[in-house]
Amino acid sequence: MADEINYAELKKGGYMKQKQKGYGSLRLKVVGGNLTAENIKTVSEVAEKYGQGYVHMTSRQGIEIPFIKVEQLAEVKEALIKGGVEAGVCGPRVRTVTACQGSEICPSGCIDTYTLAKELDERYFGRELPHKFKFGVTGCQNNCLKAEENDVGIKGGMDIEYREDLCFSCGVCIKACRSGALSLADGKVVLDPAKCNNCARCVKSCPADAWTGTPGYIVSFGGTFGNFVYKGEEIVPLIKDKETLFRVTDAAIEYFEENAKPGERFRKTLERLGTEGLTEKVNAAYKG
Amino acid sequence: MSQTELEFDEFVDITDVVCPITFVKAKVAIDELDAGQVLAIRMNDGEPVQNVPRSFKDEGHKIIKLTDGEDGTYTLYVKKGEEA
Ligand code: SF4
Ligand code: SF4
Ligand code: SF4
Repeated sequence: MADEINYAELKKGGYMKQKQKGYGSLRLKVVGGNLTAENIKTVSEVAEKYGQGYVHMTSRQGIEIPFIKVEQLAEVKEALIKGGVEAGVCGPRVRTVTACQGSEICPSGCIDTYTLAKELDERYFGRELPHKFKFGVTGCQNNCLKAEENDVGIKGGMDIEYREDLCFSCGVCIKACRSGALSLADGKVVLDPAKCNNCARCVKSCPADAWTGTPGYIVSFGGTFGNFVYKGEEIVPLIKDKETLFRVTDAAIEYFEENAKPGERFRKTLERLGTEGLTEKVNAAYKG
Repeated sequence: MSQTELEFDEFVDITDVVCPITFVKAKVAIDELDAGQVLAIRMNDGEPVQNVPRSFKDEGHKIIKLTDGEDGTYTLYVKKGEEA
């Protein structure tokens, strides 16, 4: 073991120096908040054998194992890999993609968040950038995963359509809508599109399936929730297919890569340069 | 529209409880009924009326109507489903 420990390099591999000399906390890679029972067993064994028998849950669905000795790091990583667990990343690159349980599990979900989180992870995880870059995926407007606090946040929604012939004017959707976008006139439901936030509560509540919804993605850009807090903003309307979604996320990450100064967070770049450049690039990607 | 226009077999008032007990109380009431019978549920505006109808739908019952009591309450008419 060389005397000079390259902590920047170790950090890249998810290892963060602790106050206690010679120890560090190892961040693990968790995609979309899911771990298998086997993964957890492995983590538990490693924490017991190499750490102090406990783990720390991070605010972004990650797990860290504190009190790993720097000289045992390689051995620890090997033990983790055997149980299907990889180390995460820290520093200036694409971080863990977070997700809520989404439409596969949650009755309110509009999109399959876990599949999307895995796809985003495969596409971007660990990519070197001027600063850290976070993706978060949440299944609906309930926003359990807090989409807008990410550099790119993705939220499920639905493009809705009303079938008057199926509606029997029960009135349920009008009250289920929290945006006041619906009203009943002459036994028919009238939608005020300006008030609709694509939450799909009408679709989910209608007993006659008179509302149909096409799932889509509501994307926000430039969110951050650290020293500096800023809510990510939407640029384009609801995106209805994954190809367009990935074109748009590619555009955002490319814009950041091309324009940010080293150590500058996405929002800070947008504040320095204004949002026109990003808006133009994202709009072009949206149109295809 | 008044409640008396619609027929029902059983009535339950859930305006005296809060979420999530609202749906629990309503569910206990519908469990007492036979398939095809109608339960009328009086509930408060706000969260209950936003969520209780949807919960009945998810449980496989048939929503018939939601009427505005015009006193800050709504009455939901639900026909008990076959398998629920
Ligand atoms: S954000 Fe929506 S889909 Fe995701 S867990 Fe919350 S309620 Fe369910
Ligand atoms: S999608 Fe949501 S906001 Fe739009 S009409 Fe339906 S319930 Fe209201
Ligand atoms: S919930 Fe469905 S059936 Fe009832 S009023 Fe709305 S669209 Fe019509």
